[in-house]
Amino acid sequence: MTEAVNGSSTARPTREKQRSLWGDVWIQFRAHRGAMVGVVVFTVIVLAVVFGPMIHTVDPTYADYRARNVSPSLDHPFGTDNLGRDMFAQVLAGGRVTLAVGFTAMAITITLGTLIGMLAGYFRRLDGVLMRMTDMFLALPQIPLLLVIMLVFRDSLRSLFGPEAGIFLLIVFVIGITTWMQTARIVRGEVLAIKEREFVLAAKSIGTREHRILLRHILPNVLSPIMVSATIGIANAIITESALSFLGLGFPPDFPTWGRLVVDGKDFMDLTPARVIWPGLAISLTVLSVNFIGDGLRDALDPRIRGR
Amino acid sequence: MTAPLVSVDDLCMFFPVYRGVIRRKVGEVRAVDGLSFDIRRGETLGLVGESGCGKSTTGRVILRLYDPTRGSIRFEGAEIAGLKGGALRRMRPRMQMIFQDPQACLNPRMTIGSIIAEPIREHGLLSRAEREDRVQDLLDAVGLNPKFANRYPHEFSGGQRQRIGIARALALDPDFIVCDEPIAALDVSIQAQVVNLLEDLQEKLGLTYLFISHDLSMVRHIADRVAVMYLGRIVELADRDQLYGSPKHPYTQALLSAVPIPDPKVEATREHIILKGDVPSPANPPSGCRFRTRCPVAQPLCDEAEPEWRRLADGRRVACHFAE
Repeated sequence: MTEAVNGSSTARPTREKQRSLWGDVWIQFRAHRGAMVGVVVFTVIVLAVVFGPMIHTVDPTYADYRARNVSPSLDHPFGTDNLGRDMFAQVLAGGRVTLAVGFTAMAITITLGTLIGMLAGYFRRLDGVLMRMTDMFLALPQIPLLLVIMLVFRDSLRSLFGPEAGIFLLIVFVIGITTWMQTARIVRGEVLAIKEREFVLAAKSIGTREHRILLRHILPNVLSPIMVSATIGIANAIITESALSFLGLGFPPDFPTWGRLVVDGKDFMDLTPARVIWPGLAISLTVLSVNFIGDGLRDALDPRIRGR
Repeated sequence: MTAPLVSVDDLCMFFPVYRGVIRRKVGEVRAVDGLSFDIRRGETLGLVGESGCGKSTTGRVILRLYDPTRGSIRFEGAEIAGLKGGALRRMRPRMQMIFQDPQACLNPRMTIGSIIAEPIREHGLLSRAEREDRVQDLLDAVGLNPKFANRYPHEFSGGQRQRIGIARALALDPDFIVCDEPIAALDVSIQAQVVNLLEDLQEKLGLTYLFISHDLSMVRHIADRVAVMYLGRIVELADRDQLYGSPKHPYTQALLSAVPIPDPKVEATREHIILKGDVPSPANPPSGCRFRTRCPVAQPLCDEAEPEWRRLADGRRVACHFAE
């Protein structure tokens, strides 16, 4: 029995346990079958990529000239390429880079897009400036811009952070700053509609500070489009990274990523189709499972859909 | 007579109109134009008028949700029209608002408990456990099951949501509540429940209401005094019985004649005053008396001179040259 603290004499019925938001979200998320399949597939991919190289201890860059273009066998589960490098080891190593690029670039895109969209939508004074800036970024052609940035900054970043980390930072940053605009526009539109709702006015009349209004009342209500942008953003980043590798401006040639493996394998499709199929399948499965997870999260975060 | 709780003098709220590429200011909408009235402690002042006449704007300006263009608002004698930032925030708990649309006034992503607790949390008044107890008490006070604290707004009907809105407004123990058409979106049977709840709470907690509505019968039921608004101005302010018994301003007369009488025989024979034309634009109000374009008794004088906001012998205030 809870004791009344403020001195009121009425006995209270034992109250229901406070429902926590994330508890509810989890219950609803579990009910979304597609999302659960997505979680399982995605977890398998992440575990394989993280722990796989410890079990399959073949150096992905070791070229075994006696075993070139071999078909899948016990020694080489995905076969080997034309230089005799083990494909399975390359897919595992490439996955680490590709997943890291995808998620980091998505995080940059979403953070930047949401921040700029919310500020532009909520504060009228900032709207004009921020939206013209967004238009300016939208008008820049992405691939040529990528090429220029790569050429200008590649060497200085390489010398600062080392060849791999330098290129990683550059790629992630470049993808991030060239893809946040769609998110910003969608978020701004939603914020413009939400901020005129009466519950925002009610929060103002209570004396809620503006940053709290933004975080507590506006952000949760624009979460759906942000989730959608995020899932699309991961797929987009993985594909852009492949395109950069294809143009020879991504990671160094001997540094495997999924995009790079597909590009390198495309000329040998007749001889060893597995070289394209496995990394391609990995990209597709990752993007698909992330999309399902995003779909499930969006539904679970909306209390109106929850419990249906 | 007790000192007024809220006292408004020459209050104006103009919204600028911008146009063109460089957003030049080309005019202003005079939503509220020179209001002066007092609200006494413990009373209910009804504010009636047709759509777009500035009722809701008046309520929001008094609560300082907008910055008034001109004029003074005094709350317990202290000027609040020019307050900013922290000083304004400290005033907020004293005055609260109940909203028209029970769908839109509750955040769909928050539980009822956190919606009601938000004002308390925002002003940092109680500990977590005390806050939860307070939410239970408030839900009880507005006639909802305290167990509902964990549910979300979409699980409730319109009347229940309006009660939740009332509980939120009560959370900080305010003195003054602006009720902005709190019953307009509800069924008739639910309207009575909500109005009775408001009356009970007023009696128990000594609240003062500004009750904004276009439902004249409901205002007659709940209000002690009634102000009638037309195009940003108050045209008549009187005690309820005076106003409904013998309206003096031609606009008030026309409004009251539009209220149906629940007796078919009387209703068929009684005279209706039908106003012609539309309400003029508040961006470009007529000269002189604002009602003259539709007034059945308008004279040349109404075009030339603005009627004074004067007090008649029986204590009521009217803005008309010819009201006796």
